[in-house]
Amino acid sequence: MELTAESIVFLIMSAITLGGGLLVVSARNLFHAGLYLMVALLGVAGLFVLLAAPFLAGVQVVVYIGAIAILIILAIMLTPSVTQLPAIFNRQWVLNLALAAFLFVLLVSVVSPIMGDLGVDDWGADFTEENPADVPADSIVKLGEDLVDPDKYMLPFEVASVLLMAALIGAVLLVSPGKTKTDEGDED
Amino acid sequence: MVPLWMYLVVAAALFSTGLFGVLSRRNAIAILMSIELMLNAVNINLVAFWRYNTPLDLSGQAFAAFVFVVAAAEVSVGLALIIGIYRKRQSVIAEDVNMLKW
Repeated sequence: MELTAESIVFLIMSAITLGGGLLVVSARNLFHAGLYLMVALLGVAGLFVLLAAPFLAGVQVVVYIGAIAILIILAIMLTPSVTQLPAIFNRQWVLNLALAAFLFVLLVSVVSPIMGDLGVDDWGADFTEENPADVPADSIVKLGEDLVDPDKYMLPFEVASVLLMAALIGAVLLVSPGKTKTDEGDED
Repeated sequence: MVPLWMYLVVAAALFSTGLFGVLSRRNAIAILMSIELMLNAVNINLVAFWRYNTPLDLSGQAFAAFVFVVAAAEVSVGLALIIGIYRKRQSVIAEDVNMLKW
């Protein structure tokens, strides 16, 4: 690919994302892992901007970084480890590393043109598209319209709202301390 | 512009990293963070395919938006469960939660 400004930004954002991801799974201090998760999510938001999806980039920052990652860090602080410095990987980590590496090699062989370059025919799909059509300027408007259009995504939108409500009510119920002994007999 | 397969390779690398984290980390919250990495890899894939294949039809972005919602719901319930487990046994090491194992 040619060295345009977009390519450079893509490389920077990919490095931030993958570097953050690697640090998340290998950080010894769990709090640092939470912060590296925020870094990785920021890199993903940058990739969304590059992919002409600024609304999703904004939602990524506000929801993922600003709510989900904060919630994770809150849970990290609420569950401190009483034993000092336990091992961070379990006993099968070598096998798991091999498995993840194998999956990565498999995926790369399918999506990238490397197998075609090596002379193997009919392996994987052709994703070498380099000049896609322009995104219309009102794509955000269209996204909003699609989400409330009965012929399109109104039903999944409502179901997702109900799902989120149910999950949050369930989460509150799961962490509420329940009735204490002195409350018995007062009210149901 | 950047060819599509480069975005897919980045997403594949992120997914494999998250997969390694899910399988190998002992702390349950670290496992949840690795699951979030995997979900973000899926989102990158969705938005990349939307951008390069169907930029006029917003289905790809809608799909990614629903993945956001599901991830938020899953994280909240998962963390509630982890905090409940921590209250009971003062540890969130996933291997120690083995009462239902054979």
